[in-house]
Amino acid sequence: MSDHDDLSGPDLATSSSGVPVDVLDGDIVGPRPGDTGGQGRLPRMAAALIGVGAVAVAGLLWLLGLGLLPAVLLGYVAFLVAFPVWSLAVENRRKATDRLVTVLVWTAFALAMIPLGSLIWTVVRRGAPAISVGFLTDDLSGRALIEGTGGIAMALAGTVLVTVIAAIIAIPIGVLTAVWLVEYGKGSRLATVITFLVDVMTGIPSIVAGLFAFAFFQVVLGAPLPRLAVGGGVALALLMIPTVVRAVEEMLKLVPDDLREASYALGVPKWRTIVKVVLPTAVAGIVTGVTLAIARVAGETAPLLLIVGTAYTTNWNPFDGAVSTLPTFIYGSLNRTGGQYGAAWTDAVWGAALVLIVIVMALNVVARVIGSVFAPKTK
Amino acid sequence: MTATLDEKSTDSSLSGKRPGDAIFRGTTLAASLLVIVFLAGVAIFLAVKGAPALDAGPENLRDKANVFALVGALLFGTVLAAAIAMIIVAPLSIGLGLVISHYAPRRLAKPVGFLVDLLAAVPSVVFGLWGIFVLAPRMQPVHEFLVDWFGWIPLFAGPASGTARTLLTASIVLALMALPIVTAIMREVFSQTPRAHQEAALALGATRWEMIRMTVLPYGRSGMVAALLLGLGRALGETMAVAMVLSTTGVITSWNIVSSQNSNTVAAFIAQGYKEASPIRVAVLIFAGLALFALTFLVNFLGRAIATRGTVKG
Repeated sequence: MSDHDDLSGPDLATSSSGVPVDVLDGDIVGPRPGDTGGQGRLPRMAAALIGVGAVAVAGLLWLLGLGLLPAVLLGYVAFLVAFPVWSLAVENRRKATDRLVTVLVWTAFALAMIPLGSLIWTVVRRGAPAISVGFLTDDLSGRALIEGTGGIAMALAGTVLVTVIAAIIAIPIGVLTAVWLVEYGKGSRLATVITFLVDVMTGIPSIVAGLFAFAFFQVVLGAPLPRLAVGGGVALALLMIPTVVRAVEEMLKLVPDDLREASYALGVPKWRTIVKVVLPTAVAGIVTGVTLAIARVAGETAPLLLIVGTAYTTNWNPFDGAVSTLPTFIYGSLNRTGGQYGAAWTDAVWGAALVLIVIVMALNVVARVIGSVFAPKTK
Repeated sequence: MTATLDEKSTDSSLSGKRPGDAIFRGTTLAASLLVIVFLAGVAIFLAVKGAPALDAGPENLRDKANVFALVGALLFGTVLAAAIAMIIVAPLSIGLGLVISHYAPRRLAKPVGFLVDLLAAVPSVVFGLWGIFVLAPRMQPVHEFLVDWFGWIPLFAGPASGTARTLLTASIVLALMALPIVTAIMREVFSQTPRAHQEAALALGATRWEMIRMTVLPYGRSGMVAALLLGLGRALGETMAVAMVLSTTGVITSWNIVSSQNSNTVAAFIAQGYKEASPIRVAVLIFAGLALFALTFLVNFLGRAIATRGTVKG
């Protein structure tokens, strides 16, 4: 590996000031008493001390009339500069660099978490007032449509309908494909091709999946503008299959060969071994993967826009007529938020967003709980 | 050991006696082949139903001379938005990956990873809402600032949009959506660095950052590139963030990402046209989708190829 060259690279060799090597003995020794000038250590509370100082600077600037955001930014810059500079003064350049990078790395984490926190807070704050029993059980027929009163029952029903159709299509195909890849096709050329194609499928843009379903039902039904729930299910299934295959494949690979061999030794046919031994052993992981895949597609908007259309009443018929789902309802209702009843529509949009996020997060949590509680006991 | 149990001995010798085996094997094989059928179907149906767009006139092509001019302009916007998103994602995901794999105390690493996964669970339409109502108003002063101080860069030529519903804001939302998937691969790559390399560096007196710079980053180089390419594939195809955040007027080609005149992306163009009822315009949408499919296929192919080469090397 070329990496080994880097290990003995110039940085370590030349920066002798950092590594206290006693030349006479050739031993590595610790910092000696009185040997300051690059050998000291920052106190343990150094980061906290400077942090308090930075907050104080930001607070002062804010009180002096600076905007909140610039004040916080300047406080952060103060921290970013002061910490390494102090380290440079007490310790040495290498340690100062190390501390600077540590601050930057944690900054990346904070930068990713601020939007997440802000997003969840916003959805809860603006969505919660809209939630009521009526909001979940009424649809938007008649006057409710014009005035934006009523609820999102039709979108809840549509989300369930379309997601269930997608699951019915994708789960058998996904699980069986994974079984073939792990149990039968291992190492064959066809398996390589299919693994590659599953990867390609993972990368299909969601909107393209929707266009495919649309074009497919244009041909099948001969209609110029097909609108049906099954179409949405097909589009979502296309996105779901690769996720399911991947998850199940990983789980099947974890099943120890000992179990299979024990079963074969008892004269059990291969297919019964797979159905009765391999799949039950991996079932917790499979359920987790499938639930995560369902959570992912339940929140999809783009693939559904063209094929399911817009509806304001509940439509349980999967083979005919437009249906509404939570994501498409949110997107489709956005342009109503400005009119006479705009406030009511804005409430409905945020309420639907809250319901959607709760459903998706709940599925995620359920998946992880299943995964950890019912983990295969194969040890 | 398992060789004796593999298909050659088990199947070909026994499948004649055991119809159950043949049926089960056939069923699973059929499901696998369905994957090929599905993918071929995507390409074929999009090509067939998109073909009429080749004959579309300017009145159906937002005044572009032909469909290639339209799709070309949209592809430009797609690549621009995704590229800006990846410029934001690259440092963030490396930092986040390092936090989870090396910096966070062991007890914290799991919750931190869970929080990042949570970011991936947020539906795109909710990200879009957040982009419009929360991010855009806060980005408006940033737009003014960029135009005032960096207006000499073509990207920030301005004039600054009053609503900040620009390609820059959309790209930031795109970046947030691509971040979890890139981070997931990064942390996987970082945590695969051999312990011996890292301990050797530390034993030589390297600080934590020196250890990471000399062992973790060189070891994970190809994995990092692959992660970014896969994230790019995601950002290219992501629809809702751009469709919702961007305010568009016609299809233009512009480097300017802070004014109210923005380039649009393919995916957002399709999503915004979802109420289109004229068959020829729908064909144009499908044709644009085919182009997007081809582009993301290419990027993902590159990403996978680099990732595979990386694992072989490692």
